[in-house]
Amino acid sequence: MNTVIFRALAPYITTLMMVFSVFVLLRGHNEPGGGFIGGLIAASALAIYGISNGVPAVRRAIWAHPIHIAGAGLFISGISGLPSIFANVPYLTGLWTFPTILGVDMYISSILFFDIGVYMVVLGTIGGIALTLEERTDG
Amino acid sequence: MFGPENPTAFYLALLAPFIAAALAPLLHRFMGHRAAWVLALAPAYIVFHFLGYMAPVDAAEGILPAVTEGGRFLFTLPWVPTLGVGADFLVDGLSHTFALLISGIGFFIVLYAGGYLKGHEHLGRFFSFILMFMGAMLGLVLADDIITLFVYWELTSSTSFLLIGFNHSAERSRRAAIQALIVTGGGGLLLLAGLILMAITTGTLSLSEMQAVAPAIKASALYVPILLLVLGGAFTKSAQFPFHFWLPNAMEAPTPVSAYLHSATMVKAGVYLVMRLNPTLGDTVLWSTILPVFGCVTLLVGAILALRQTDLKLMLAYTTVASLGLLVALTGTSNEDIIKGASLYLVAHALFKAALFMVAGTIDHEAGTRDLTLLGGLRKAMPITAGAALLAALSMGGLPPFIGFLAKEYMYKGTAYPDLQSILLTTTLVLGNAMMFAAGFAVALRPFFGEKKETPKSAHEGPLMLWAGPVTLAALSLIGGLLAGPTGDVVIAPLLSAIIGEDTSVSIHLWEGFNIAVLLSLVTIALGTSIYLMLDRVRAAIAGLLDFIGWGPDRGFDQFISALVAGSDAITRRIQFGRMEGYITITFALVAVALWVPLTVFGEWPDLSDIPSISDATFYELAVVCLAIVGIMAVLLAKNRLTAIVSLGIQGFAVALIFMLFGAPDLSFTQFMVETLSVVILALVLTRLALYKRDHRSFWQSMTDGVIAIACGIGFTGLMLTVLGRPFDSRLSEFFTEHAVPLAHGRNIVNVIIVDYRGLDTLGEIGVVVIAGLAILALVRLKPKRSAPTTSSPAQAEAAPVKEAAE
Repeated sequence: MNTVIFRALAPYITTLMMVFSVFVLLRGHNEPGGGFIGGLIAASALAIYGISNGVPAVRRAIWAHPIHIAGAGLFISGISGLPSIFANVPYLTGLWTFPTILGVDMYISSILFFDIGVYMVVLGTIGGIALTLEERTDG
Repeated sequence: MFGPENPTAFYLALLAPFIAAALAPLLHRFMGHRAAWVLALAPAYIVFHFLGYMAPVDAAEGILPAVTEGGRFLFTLPWVPTLGVGADFLVDGLSHTFALLISGIGFFIVLYAGGYLKGHEHLGRFFSFILMFMGAMLGLVLADDIITLFVYWELTSSTSFLLIGFNHSAERSRRAAIQALIVTGGGGLLLLAGLILMAITTGTLSLSEMQAVAPAIKASALYVPILLLVLGGAFTKSAQFPFHFWLPNAMEAPTPVSAYLHSATMVKAGVYLVMRLNPTLGDTVLWSTILPVFGCVTLLVGAILALRQTDLKLMLAYTTVASLGLLVALTGTSNEDIIKGASLYLVAHALFKAALFMVAGTIDHEAGTRDLTLLGGLRKAMPITAGAALLAALSMGGLPPFIGFLAKEYMYKGTAYPDLQSILLTTTLVLGNAMMFAAGFAVALRPFFGEKKETPKSAHEGPLMLWAGPVTLAALSLIGGLLAGPTGDVVIAPLLSAIIGEDTSVSIHLWEGFNIAVLLSLVTIALGTSIYLMLDRVRAAIAGLLDFIGWGPDRGFDQFISALVAGSDAITRRIQFGRMEGYITITFALVAVALWVPLTVFGEWPDLSDIPSISDATFYELAVVCLAIVGIMAVLLAKNRLTAIVSLGIQGFAVALIFMLFGAPDLSFTQFMVETLSVVILALVLTRLALYKRDHRSFWQSMTDGVIAIACGIGFTGLMLTVLGRPFDSRLSEFFTEHAVPLAHGRNIVNVIIVDYRGLDTLGEIGVVVIAGLAILALVRLKPKRSAPTTSSPAQAEAAPVKEAAE
């Protein structure tokens, strides 16, 4: 699998997939997509980069250990439900605000942060497993 | 301000022990054992607060009658309002008496613990445990909501586990603690089931509201299970035969624990429950049969075993078992006159038994032993303790003018009737009381009188902290008896009213002329004195009898636990045999059965003529199906595992295409990603484990696996066709289509459901994902041990620690 073509193309594919995964994550509320599927795409991107350029390169590129990303994601999802305490509604009830930033109508919500958490959990866990397995194959 | 007129003061009283428990270790660090004086402020405050209920209360709602005048104070606080669960508390005659006993005796116990465990490095921790227990017990007797009651009930079980196992370096302590936890915890589960059934029957979670609809419960079909389950909880907690064995074993705990838990509180929780539920569940044939029978057996067994012992604490423990039996038997009659005796005995027992336990501990502490045969003549060395012991024993023996005498008089007066049941009950009471009389005086007289014996430590009087409790409680036993009239009006009348469930008044007199009760008392005293004089011979006889029987519930408990461990070990070994192929075969075989059986039994297989014909399909649908078939064939024909995995991916992509064709882009999207990643990860696993070769299956195994696989396939197809043949209930889809945008601001219904409507589910799921990920990473990184036998069953490894714990 370690052909020159694959190794040369892999960084671009990975970059594209990463950007696409964030796009899928953000549009998920209205179009097909969401945190889960976005996370899967991102995890595949990591796996591809790992296969082509070696796991150490991926680990350097993402700074954090994947399982830390997953843990942080779980934490973000968990606390995204807490603001509902102040709104006096049950835990994890979606709270919305519609500010206009730089002339663009935005939809910001606690749900968005929850979905980002899901994305990070899936990315971290699946990516982490794939990378660890690849690492062992190398060695 | 701190009286009952202020609800905050009530909640503060509930919380005070827990606050003190939190501060205890810190205080102990700075003040040593003298922290007891500060910590005792918590129970002192509770006593003060509850004494306030004995006068009319000037509350916000106007002047409320005192508890002694039949007043009832309900404090409600919503807890889980959607389920009707409230942190509701009721102060009435019964809970008020218990609250005063718990906090009053608790006050002296805290001081006593300070003296008894002076210099112990974990004294601070001990204070914490015992104060937490106090708070749990207080909440238990005050709770009006059954869920609140149950929470406190469990809290008493777990805190007493900590207390009994306080000397956790001793194996016997650990065993006693585990035993107590298993017995009372198991009983707690029965109680929970019983309480839930009661709630289902009555539609309320409030004990006082249940009492109002008592006839409905007694008439309901669930009455028998309710009664048995609730009594299961009460009997295990209150150490009724045959669950009595944990209580004497719990004497492994430091003496302050025994004096507190096993006289006035923990073990009385079961009695409290029986008394509390007497108006709700009592006065039926079943109730008046089970309770007196078990109570009487417990009384006799406890009293006989008490005479067998030579250890002061064990003697007291067994008399406690006997006393609890007595209380249960008397309450079980649901007869006002007899329960009057029980109410008196409840108070009397708490006072004299706590005092005697503390005396036994003081002797142990000062003389270095608590073996009856090694003690004697301590009167001169420990005059104050001896005096307190004598007073308490006189009350326990039921001699005038002590409150114990009143208790015995009134229970005899209630039971002495010429029908068979009453005669049996009375005889048992006389026998049991006589034996307890002998045991009580053995504890209180033998160590102090007679010739002086050499003890391991040279004995002298203990400090104030050690004798303050026994002296006060023993003195109260005397005062309560002398002031019989006020005792009756102030303590017994409200208590009795709460137990029988209607307002009543009592008049208690120390002397009512010579009557049958006095005669029975004389018989008891004569019998008790003769047993006391022949104590050594009686003890030898009982010991001989027990050796002859050679088996007891305590041994039975060990056998039960080892049988449980052996049984689960055997089952685990059988169902967890450690071969993945086996698990998968069984799983899919059962899936096939689960699909086929209902379809066949209910005749739900789809009609073959309903299946759309192939000619209706468009060419691209056919193409996708062909792709899937090609994938499957490639899996079957693959020369090695890697090819098979990749081929399986072809089939998965075909399924994703089908989702796409039928308008489920989300599903299709996910399916593509999941397939890709599974193929990548499985391929990595295969390379990692070097599993390139095709697996070897015998012909028969291939046939079996094939049959199971095809059966599953046909089953699923049949199920899907049947379900799709039904009219589609579109209410859910319509609901989400209609409400997703206005309520959740999202047009992608699937995503809206995942992150908004069912957000909590998703949170749980991603939690599972992270945990699974951690486990997989740990497994992958695990360095395989060459020496470990690959076929060792995991069951064996897991069962080993459990076995050790049980042994």
